[in-house]
Amino acid sequence: MRTILLFSQFTRGSAKLILRGPRSYWAWLAFLALLIISGALAYSAQVRTGLALSAMRDQVSWGFYIGNFTFLVGVAAAAVILVIPAYIYDWKPIREIVIYGELLAISAIVMCLLFVLVDIGRPDRFWHLIPPFGYLNFPQSILAWDVLVLNLYFVINFVVATHILYRAFHGKKYAKRLVVPLVLFSIPMAVGIHTVTAFLYNGLAARPYWNSSILAPQFLASAFCSGPAILLVVLQLLRKFTRFEIQDQAIWKIAELMAYAMFLNLFLHGAEAFKEFYSDTEHLLYTKYWYVGLGDHRTLVPYAWSAVALNLIAFGLFIVPAARRHWLTLNIGCLATYAGVYIEKGMGLIIPGLTPDTLGEIYEYYPTFTELRVAAGVFAIGFLLFTIMLKVAVPISLGEFVRAPHRLAAQDAETEAFTPSAAGA
Amino acid sequence: MSSQEKPKVSRRLFATSGASAAAAWVLTACGPKRLHEVPRDRLRTALQEMERKYSERTGKDVKVSGAGPLPGVEFAYGLDISRCIGCRRCVYACTEENNQSRDPQIHWIKVLSMEKEKGVDFSHADPYYHPATVPQEGHFYVPVACQQCKNPPCTKVCPTGATWSEPDGIVVIDYDWCIGCRYCMAACPYGARHFNWAEPVLPTDVVNPNTHYLGNRPRPKGVVEKCTFCIQRTRAGKYPSCVEVCPVGARKFGNLLDKDSEIRYIIEHKRVLVLKEELNTVPRFFYFYAT
Amino acid sequence: MRLMNLAAIGIVAAALGPAAAPPEPQHTAPKRSEERLEVPPPPFSEGIFPCTSCHEGMPVNRTRRVLTEMHTDIVLKHDQEHRWCLDCHDAANRDRLHLASGAPVSFEESYLLCGQCHGEKLRDWRAGVHGKRTGNWNGAKRYLLCAHCHNPHQPRFRAVAPKPAPVPPSRTFR
Repeated sequence: MRTILLFSQFTRGSAKLILRGPRSYWAWLAFLALLIISGALAYSAQVRTGLALSAMRDQVSWGFYIGNFTFLVGVAAAAVILVIPAYIYDWKPIREIVIYGELLAISAIVMCLLFVLVDIGRPDRFWHLIPPFGYLNFPQSILAWDVLVLNLYFVINFVVATHILYRAFHGKKYAKRLVVPLVLFSIPMAVGIHTVTAFLYNGLAARPYWNSSILAPQFLASAFCSGPAILLVVLQLLRKFTRFEIQDQAIWKIAELMAYAMFLNLFLHGAEAFKEFYSDTEHLLYTKYWYVGLGDHRTLVPYAWSAVALNLIAFGLFIVPAARRHWLTLNIGCLATYAGVYIEKGMGLIIPGLTPDTLGEIYEYYPTFTELRVAAGVFAIGFLLFTIMLKVAVPISLGEFVRAPHRLAAQDAETEAFTPSAAGA
Repeated sequence: MSSQEKPKVSRRLFATSGASAAAAWVLTACGPKRLHEVPRDRLRTALQEMERKYSERTGKDVKVSGAGPLPGVEFAYGLDISRCIGCRRCVYACTEENNQSRDPQIHWIKVLSMEKEKGVDFSHADPYYHPATVPQEGHFYVPVACQQCKNPPCTKVCPTGATWSEPDGIVVIDYDWCIGCRYCMAACPYGARHFNWAEPVLPTDVVNPNTHYLGNRPRPKGVVEKCTFCIQRTRAGKYPSCVEVCPVGARKFGNLLDKDSEIRYIIEHKRVLVLKEELNTVPRFFYFYAT
Repeated sequence: MRLMNLAAIGIVAAALGPAAAPPEPQHTAPKRSEERLEVPPPPFSEGIFPCTSCHEGMPVNRTRRVLTEMHTDIVLKHDQEHRWCLDCHDAANRDRLHLASGAPVSFEESYLLCGQCHGEKLRDWRAGVHGKRTGNWNGAKRYLLCAHCHNPHQPRFRAVAPKPAPVPPSRTFR
């Protein structure tokens, strides 16, 4: 009874937090809502007509959706870059922001699952994957592995994040016996989800562009760039708009870690490019399609070089201590990282892997308006979720949103569970 | 004593888990199921249901066969590259036999025109050749459809087990179980799998009413399909329709386990190649040069 | 309809002749001995056979010459330097052919005549590898004679118009 009361107090308090905010907050929500509505309309047309409304065809059977999925698995995995120093080395400045990494991971996984859902031809048969009603082809299918690890990773992050916040709401410290093992387990899991996602492509001998053992390490390297890039921007926004204090040191440390990850990413790309171009086998076609184009087929070439340029810029800005400590260059670096990795994973991984197709045909894929709208809608859902979770999590972390013990003791159902100052967030 | 409370919880737990187990059982036993594991008697009912549905939709007396694999039979195909003239008769005979969508157009066979100077090289292959007459000087033709691999990369990757190898070597798809993730299409090295990007258009006057549940029965939107060696014909002893139509007799078909079969003769006496041998897919589709 | 396709590449339509009743499919892997070979009637031009209906009673002229009164439609492009009508057609009995040895051969067994030069092809044809078989992979088959596909006077296949190319993928739908 007491638990139910506490929980209802928590939810109602959260709802009130979510429903209060300055004009800019509502403008942001309205913008997301608009994108979600547009995405929903586009998706309903896609469900009615079929995936023919995308630009995907038999020749290039995966495209923008799966590219976004892959990118976001990386974002989700990147929460780990914060968890490692926080929990293993107990490095305080990062420790207090780890919770936001986990919330980002939760939102990213939700987007991942949505991107898979919008990509499949028969979303109505999604339950075919779920035993005992359905059948999961485990362990043969790497996609089955991916379904399992993504959901498990989601559950772990969800439990850890909600547990920490819920306890903080009650003014208690989290239960170490629950959180520490879960967090420690989430480290290999984060590496796991991205490795499994890489293996999804890696294991296909039919596609030489993917069938390279460098793919999984390269996925991880690029994930450790893009995930923190989003987080750095979010942390600065939080610092600006809430009373939340984040030490400069923590931000600089993350930027430094990103520089190393970006170096590794560029190095692995370089290693792959060297192998392809120098050995000059029939497998070069795909790499060539990405970097220089095949004959008149050059749609992706500008994307390829802008990704390379953006990644180089980001690396330069993060490796120089003065540059990563300057707020302008730091943020330029973050945007460059995000854009660079997004292009590289969204366009540069899936499409050249399928072009030319297995029988040598070149069909130049790039997303249709429907695909762009649906993808924007999915991103908007993810950002909406992230925004709402932050809206609750920040006041809790700040100790502004905690239960009122005396009123609870009086069994007052109408408890005002947060201090008014939190509403100003 | 604590036992006073305990039974309450246990009873509730028992009731809930019992109810959910019963619900799960009902759903798994009576709900839709993979055709791969449907028992024979339920398959019969399912086939009758399909026949009723397709007949209603097409106005024809559609038969859906449930013929299983023949004992002692493993199918294999032979295609004589030195004979094929690239006329594409097989492509259209296949479409008519197997009820492919006419719009969007789905062809299970893709005939590639290649240059004799370059040999079998997919990067120079042209599926869209359209000269006034074939064969064109300096060209040869490689028709490609499902290679019915013994080590199929496509079935391995399917997350729902909606595609599998039958004991007679035919790789089949359960159109009612496929979720349309297209992982198999990414895994197939031969471009043999085709997706129904939109609702398939199959005018009723061109419907072939003799169908098989794992083969040419009409497909819905959003699922993958492919060549099945004309399972509805070959399991009834007949040649596939591409073999029947080929005007130059370049297409051969038979039982790999019958040492007197045409296909065995080809493998034992002719220069034989399989596509992308290095991928270890072990195709049951053999290209050969009779001359 | 398939007949027309066949005719288009110079296969005489009679090849597929009066269609035999479709044989009953067999449901087990057969032994070789069970297999029946059906050969449809040879592909004669309409009204040309039996040859004796005209040739009976005509004097035999064994001189190699260009025919001007009859059979002018036949153009020999089959080792024409060394060969002419009576090398294969039997002068004594116009309703049959003969081998190089002089042994007579019926039109139904004309493959024996072809096999004199094309022995390897005859061997492959018997094995079912050269030429075309239709019907049942494990039972009754129809087996075409050499002449069903190759005009014996001009055995090279004529070029044919291909069926339409597939529709290339398009980004837009309908």
